[in-house]
Amino acid sequence: MRTLILKSASSYLIPVLLIFSVFILLRGHYLPGGGFVGGLVAAIAFVLDAFSNGLEKTKTILKIHPGFLMPLGLLVAFLSGISPMVFSDLPFMTGIWAENPIPVIGAIGSALFFDLGVYLVVIGAALTIIFTISESA
Amino acid sequence: MTNDIIILPLVVHLFFSIVLMFFWNKVDFQKIFSVVANFIALLVAIWVFIFVYNNGTQVVQSGNWEAPFGIVFVGDMLAATLVLLTAIAGFAVSIFSTISVIRARLRFGYFSVFHFLLLGLNGAFLTGDIFNLYVWFEIIIISSFVLISIGGEKNQLEGAVKYFALNFFASMIFLTALGVLYGLVGTLNMADISLKIAEVQNRNLVEISAVLFLVGFGIKSAIFPLYFWLPASYHTPPSAVSAIFAGLLTKVGVYALIRVFTLIYGGEGFLSILLLTLAIMTIFSGGVGAIIQNNMKKVFMYFIICHIGFMIGGLALFTEVAMAGVIFYLIHDIIIKTNLFLISGLIYRIKGTTNMKKLGGLYANYPKLSLLLAIPLFSLIGIPPLSGYWPKISLILASFNAEEYWFFGALIFGSLITLIVIAKLWSEVFWKDQPKINFPEKFIYFDQLRIGQKFTFIFPIAFLTFVTLYIGFGAEHIQQLSQRIASELINNELYIDAVLKR
Repeated sequence: MRTLILKSASSYLIPVLLIFSVFILLRGHYLPGGGFVGGLVAAIAFVLDAFSNGLEKTKTILKIHPGFLMPLGLLVAFLSGISPMVFSDLPFMTGIWAENPIPVIGAIGSALFFDLGVYLVVIGAALTIIFTISESA
Repeated sequence: MTNDIIILPLVVHLFFSIVLMFFWNKVDFQKIFSVVANFIALLVAIWVFIFVYNNGTQVVQSGNWEAPFGIVFVGDMLAATLVLLTAIAGFAVSIFSTISVIRARLRFGYFSVFHFLLLGLNGAFLTGDIFNLYVWFEIIIISSFVLISIGGEKNQLEGAVKYFALNFFASMIFLTALGVLYGLVGTLNMADISLKIAEVQNRNLVEISAVLFLVGFGIKSAIFPLYFWLPASYHTPPSAVSAIFAGLLTKVGVYALIRVFTLIYGGEGFLSILLLTLAIMTIFSGGVGAIIQNNMKKVFMYFIICHIGFMIGGLALFTEVAMAGVIFYLIHDIIIKTNLFLISGLIYRIKGTTNMKKLGGLYANYPKLSLLLAIPLFSLIGIPPLSGYWPKISLILASFNAEEYWFFGALIFGSLITLIVIAKLWSEVFWKDQPKINFPEKFIYFDQLRIGQKFTFIFPIAFLTFVTLYIGFGAEHIQQLSQRIASELINNELYIDAVLKR
């Protein structure tokens, strides 16, 4: 069922949702937010697109299969986890931080990349599940 | 890097699993990569073992948060030994998987999930935080659920549902126990709990949490009366998967029992009676179950249950001799149970069935192979000087010294019933003439395989048999190792001091 209302609303909502998801991702660590929630919000944007414009169109927007995001995200999180072991001889998963905060984004550290990995995994997993269900339905 | 060495088994398996996910559709690449990866993991495990053996207990505070606040990984002798055994079993099973598991199953990320399972097992052995132990158990359950249901045959899904439901239930009880324990002592670090639990006034609540842990881990390690999920599920997946389940999944429950009941609830009197009763019942029910089965895989499954009882009973006695027996038995059991299921997979590939009534004539057709298969089967019984013999001496000695004659009797009964069943299996499968059977169509028999493919069946079994032979003939080394682990477990101050850096 494709309605005009949903279609026109989604074209405004999807960019807002995506930007909001990045905002939530960056806001994490000290404040509520982080990779998991951010990833879910981003996944919702694509699901909304699939509802309003059809699954095939969403797949062309995504370009890569969402399943590919899972190993990619895991790899990013994994590298951020072992980076303290490799670079500064600290225990596994120790947070290492850049000295000067960057405008808009704020302080950058290995925790951000871990969250980025979680973000990608969550998008990948959520979209793979939803796409598989809607294909078989 | 040497500060973090004990975390390396986790890191390598996680890394290999991620790499395998990138090559999701390239099955042939995955096969080769997984075997190489498991070989590397084996080398890492040997390195970790030697390092811990020479330098004592190693502690890694992940995230550099000091214990008892952060999550610690503790590599004591027991953990390092189990990591090594996991790597040996993982290496053998990965080679066995390459040809024996059909392509349709491998396409769904079999090897990737297999590495996740090994990651979970290593994590469970190495962690020093009891909530983290719960998380590793969840990783183990999820990956084993994928492995058990991959392929989606009807009886497989039936087994998977039973397996998942019961194990999930066990995890819930484990979580409840954790909640009670955390409410009592306000910490999750096992070393810290061990110190603080002695000061708790409300002993009834301590005992309740102990019993909840016993039920939770008891379901996972398949002790009486909650073992019924194991015979219902373990025979359904391919033999390679059954092998890793049989060798390691129930043993991780036993490991958790050993860890919790030595470190946290060491020497609680009422528990030893409870554990001992359960052990005797487990040996009895497992043994009786094994005698009536006609399917080789099911016989081996009841042996898993039966022999879990040996270890639980030894844990209940809680003396140094008994604990050494338990550890030795654990070492022997992981290798031998993995091997038994690989053997049943090989026999299935040769004859197309594992039903003992339909099998026969293996000795006449494959004399050299039969000789190879005889070694693990006889080790299982414990014919001296093979590996099953030595831990039983320690266990029988300990039960005699502690004047626990019921457990003493159960040990004899368990060994005897193993002997009877293996003798029956030997005469049915190897000596009897081959009865007429209808060979299933579209089935590639062992004789039709190329020489390299045959190698992937024989080599893992020969490799594990070699390890078993080493455990049997090099029993002196294993006994020394077991005694060292046992004394570390009984005198847990060493562990606590290492973790809390006192």
